[in-house]
Amino acid sequence: MLEKALEGSKSYWRLLVTLLVLAGIGFGCYLLQLNQGLRITGMSRDVSWGFYIAQFTFLVGVAASAVMVVLPYYLHHVKVFGKITILGEFLAVASVTMCLLFIVVDLGKPMRLLNVLLYPTPNSVLFWDMVVLNGYLFLNIVIGWTVLGAERKGVAAPAWVKPLIYLSIPWAVSIHTVTAFLYAGLPGRHFWLTAILAPRFLASAFAAGPSLLILLAYFVRKRSKFDPGDEAFEKLSQVVAYAMCVNVFFVLLELFTSFYSGIPSHMEGFIYQFSGLEGHGKLMPFMWLSAILSVIAVLMLLSKKKRSQEKTLKIACVLVFIALWLEKGLGLVITGFIPNPFNTVTEYWPTFPELGITIGVYATGFLVLTVLYKVAIAVKEENL
Amino acid sequence: MMDGSRRSFLKIGGLSVLGLSGVRVWNVFAATQEAGHEAAAEAAGALQWAMVIDMKKCWDYQEKQPCTDCMTACHGIHNVPEIADPKREIKWLWTDLYQHAFPTEGHEYPPAEAKGKPFLLLCNHCSNPPCVRVCPTQATFKRPEDGVVMMDFHRCIGCRYCMAGCPYGSRSFNWQDPRPFIKELNMQFPTRTKGVVEKCNFCAERLAKNLYPACVEVCKAKALTFGNLGDPTSPVRELLKQHYTIRRKNELGTGPNVYYIV
Repeated sequence: MLEKALEGSKSYWRLLVTLLVLAGIGFGCYLLQLNQGLRITGMSRDVSWGFYIAQFTFLVGVAASAVMVVLPYYLHHVKVFGKITILGEFLAVASVTMCLLFIVVDLGKPMRLLNVLLYPTPNSVLFWDMVVLNGYLFLNIVIGWTVLGAERKGVAAPAWVKPLIYLSIPWAVSIHTVTAFLYAGLPGRHFWLTAILAPRFLASAFAAGPSLLILLAYFVRKRSKFDPGDEAFEKLSQVVAYAMCVNVFFVLLELFTSFYSGIPSHMEGFIYQFSGLEGHGKLMPFMWLSAILSVIAVLMLLSKKKRSQEKTLKIACVLVFIALWLEKGLGLVITGFIPNPFNTVTEYWPTFPELGITIGVYATGFLVLTVLYKVAIAVKEENL
Repeated sequence: MMDGSRRSFLKIGGLSVLGLSGVRVWNVFAATQEAGHEAAAEAAGALQWAMVIDMKKCWDYQEKQPCTDCMTACHGIHNVPEIADPKREIKWLWTDLYQHAFPTEGHEYPPAEAKGKPFLLLCNHCSNPPCVRVCPTQATFKRPEDGVVMMDFHRCIGCRYCMAGCPYGSRSFNWQDPRPFIKELNMQFPTRTKGVVEKCNFCAERLAKNLYPACVEVCKAKALTFGNLGDPTSPVRELLKQHYTIRRKNELGTGPNVYYIV
């Protein structure tokens, strides 16, 4: 089936080459990091995780795209999702691939990575995160590929894949929960130390993942003969609308507890994000942008008219995606380290090589995505 | 150099290791050594090295002459690199202000004596260490025999989860190759490579030779006291009995084993 990725239009090859070049630049930057150490990044003794781990955290959310089509289709027989489950699953594969790459590029000693398997440590959430992420990657590759292969031959998917599909649903919940637990169980990091972090991760994931899926599906419809169908877009837009509202609600709950209780350590993270702390406020413009975009997106999504028009739905999805990227892919991880354990502020800003590596990982992920989507669409077009 | 009670505890600790790990040894001596074995097991469970720091002694001494002996000794024997950039520095033993060391304790009107004075900071060798809990490879671990929180520099993958977990900022990451920043190499202790985390080890390499931690030994003001928290007659327990002491971020439940006399 993979041979379908070997034939394509000029623009397809142009896209692949562009992504390869970007991945190559990223790899070059990574060689520099391997040689020099992580000092080439903007991370420090105080902000010891930065852009890499933040992207990892955000992309775990994007990987949720799969479950939001798989669950309605298989559990509630929402037939309109039948055509695009494969797009959701392959987006999940690409996202989890990026997640794993971001963890690897963040390691000080990547050559010792397999120590995690050599000395399995159940008390470490990172160990479990490795288990659930690799499991989710495996499930989505196997399910997606098998179902697509059956579709190509015009036969029903083999029976053994059904249990895996059902397993993938709670498994998708587990990747967000476990990733939230990476943060929510650390004493002294009060910005993260909140029981609502896992629900927040789920809500933002169910908004960000499907919104990207909508944008990708529109792109696929425009560039190929495969049409996911208007109803699929409408249903997905409902998912995004609900999830985004719940996400905003959860953030407001967090703000209430922090500011009504008035406990400094609970407020400081938000104060740093939105008005600056001890004269430091590098994230301020981004956090305000995120908040404003979230509100506009919610208002747009709540309107059925705006939601059902391609143009406005696309805008709303872009807004959701940017707002949540700013919230999780920028703000959440960095702010957890501010203020530091000595109650002072050390700020963080990524460096150029760090951004180069980040772009390289994204390019690799989108390369995987492009090839997988190409295969899926070729099969779909064949069966039209 | 060693006080009597500590040496005896080391001996008992050694005995109990034999008793607990070798069932056959236990069977051979079962009848005659029962009482001794039980006592040894109890003592071994209780062995936890701890430190009591009397900053007033340090400040009084420093009024006469500035002193950094403890930090110099510690960083010297452990090949801790001297990196000036505060974002990249490596610290095992260092000082910071009261409001930074105890951010949840302070208020606007501290006693004149404590204001602007340095507090000595190091790894707390917690009884319930979050760094150990989060490490995905057990590269950092709490030694069961004496409660020292250790690092295996050769196993650490450099994920820095322990740094996020430690609420005391006691862990440092080698953002670069540390070797060019080591002034004088101590061949008796390993250097580290780029990409691993390190921290105070309570001088485990000296404890193994029945020696006090270097900082304790070199302190001319006798501000640092080291001993077994599990032994009611140990010097640390004596000090805890006599003085009101505080620990850093007690409320987090990590159980720090470094106490400060206030």
